[in-house]
Amino acid sequence: MIELEGLERRFGDRVALEGITLDVPEGATLAVLGPNGAGKTTLLRVLAGLLRPHGGRVRVAGADLPRERWRIPARVGYLGHDALLYRELSGRENLSYHAELHGVDGDRVEELLAAVGMGRRADEPLRDLSRGMVQRLAVARAVLHDPPLLLLDEPRSHLDPGVGEALEPLIGRGSGRTRVLASHDVDGALDEADLALGLRGGRQAFAGVATAAQARELYR
Amino acid sequence: MYSKGFRPLSIATVVALASALALVFFYAPNDADQGFVQKIFYVHVPMAIVALGGWVAGGLMAIKHLRSGDRSWDVRSYVAIHLSIILGVGVLVTGAIWARASWGHWWVWDEPVLVSFLIVFLLYCVYYPLRFSIEDPERQARYSSVFAITAGAFVPLNFIAVRLAESFTHPRVLSQTGGNLPGEMRLTFLVSLAAMTLLFVTLWKLELASKNASAQLKRLRTKLNARLAA
Amino acid sequence: MIRAARAILVKDLRLELRTKESVPAMTLFTVTVYVLFHFGLDRDTLEGSLASGVLWVTLLLAAVVGVARLFAAEREQGGIDGLLLAPVDRTALFVAKAAALFLFLCAVEIVALPAFALLLLGPDLLEPLPRLLPILLLANAGLAAVGALVAALATATRAPELIMPLLLLPLLVPVLIGAAEASEPLLRDDPVADRLGRWLGLLTLYDVVFVLLSVAVFDYLLED
Repeated sequence: MIELEGLERRFGDRVALEGITLDVPEGATLAVLGPNGAGKTTLLRVLAGLLRPHGGRVRVAGADLPRERWRIPARVGYLGHDALLYRELSGRENLSYHAELHGVDGDRVEELLAAVGMGRRADEPLRDLSRGMVQRLAVARAVLHDPPLLLLDEPRSHLDPGVGEALEPLIGRGSGRTRVLASHDVDGALDEADLALGLRGGRQAFAGVATAAQARELYR
Repeated sequence: MYSKGFRPLSIATVVALASALALVFFYAPNDADQGFVQKIFYVHVPMAIVALGGWVAGGLMAIKHLRSGDRSWDVRSYVAIHLSIILGVGVLVTGAIWARASWGHWWVWDEPVLVSFLIVFLLYCVYYPLRFSIEDPERQARYSSVFAITAGAFVPLNFIAVRLAESFTHPRVLSQTGGNLPGEMRLTFLVSLAAMTLLFVTLWKLELASKNASAQLKRLRTKLNARLAA
Repeated sequence: MIRAARAILVKDLRLELRTKESVPAMTLFTVTVYVLFHFGLDRDTLEGSLASGVLWVTLLLAAVVGVARLFAAEREQGGIDGLLLAPVDRTALFVAKAAALFLFLCAVEIVALPAFALLLLGPDLLEPLPRLLPILLLANAGLAAVGALVAALATATRAPELIMPLLLLPLLVPVLIGAAEASEPLLRDDPVADRLGRWLGLLTLYDVVFVLLSVAVFDYLLED
């Protein structure tokens, strides 16, 4: 599902990612670990097609980046730090808008609103809702078009633990999707991951099967 | 790569400039009304034509950049636009001098070419802040090219608009520019135009070569640093 | 593409109705500038070229206000990412934003024109109104197309509020020329459509060139 070889991304003179090489098979979960500034979010944004890779070979969900970037949106669901939802509009309006853009049926919107437990408050503008509720709607937005690949940047932030479980079938191991999960929760992430990528200063410290001890080394 | 053909080009430029100067001072007749100052026309108009040409060429190079993704086209476009802006300052200054000599004012709105040139010049001045306030080099190149194309398309449109506007309030005073030049003035004008064009192309190539050299130097330096660090 | 453009447009109109941000501000701005002109020119009534000039310069400046907020919701709420993550042609985004700006300008003019007639215009406005309409529509189209393009161009820079007006105003000079020259003979005591066709032709040429150009280049913007 994901093939990376020597992926490189710069911001001006600063190298954000360099020499990232690994393969993620379909259906697997990859945990991306590392301290702040290591490049976790940058990597996810490159995989989502939001940032253009500057070097190396990058193949995501059957699309070569940056050449075939246009193929990515239909096959990838991205959940980042921003909810990517409009505060003045309601949950239903936001999701309907994204559904229109993806060519997805209105029924799916209703289905997801119920699945994330926002059925009752779907018509209130987002600025009246708590951050946790907004995050739930963001999850709904990410899986709206049923993508085979999920890119999750700290998905459980702002969520109550109980809610996190309810979202399992959508974005967890139970969803059957290939997942890339960036997180500070080292133990939690490693528990649900098949593979791990450790980042430090934009370079990979380890890739593949990893232990919690190795992961904690990144933070030293 | 840039030095190919450079020597003949620079020689041609020097020859053309020398000839133009000779013609302007010794061959072209003094204007009956304005006297010697009228000769600034031989600098002002070719400069304007070359500047406008440079801007439009910059737009065409920008199209090549966007279509091919080859950033060297963007650099070429940048240099063309940048040199034309410098020429543009010259155009406005010589235009003001000429206006003062012809009509007694430092600026007149009667000349549609000069007026439309001012508007275009103001637009192109924004090229620098636009370009240099975008940090990512790839993005900078792309946005600069979009600007270059937009502004390049604007040049003819603007000229048409201003010309239409002025033609009803001020009948065209330009009997000196345009087609009907007496033979001696025409020759001098054409040689001046050729000289200005050659000068522009020479400076363009020169600046590109210099940029190319600095870029290569920077690349080598980065490689060296990487090797030393390892 | 049309479906996506419509979806984005509906979303923007809904947001505008909810927040009431751009249109009331643009309208208020226009009326305030009329008052400024009254004092600045020390005139009670205007007609002919003066009226036409004040009317159009003010509308142009109101357009600048509108353009400043065109991508505001996207910039502030991470919406640009949202658009990049959807399988949507960047052209659809251009069409939607330009259409939104066009509608905003029309809404502003519905209030601004009567206000102008009330505050500054000497001659009657109702009589030449049918002939003013095509001028307004064509000018709005040009303002909208170039406004959307410039808004997108400026978004990438560090100081979009500074760069945007500097970029926009010179580009709009042909619109100003066409609209003001066309309106001038209509805003007199005995209005006559003098050479109207020529100016409408200029505006149409401008609109066609810039709509086509914007559609062509928009794909290269807003990425990364």
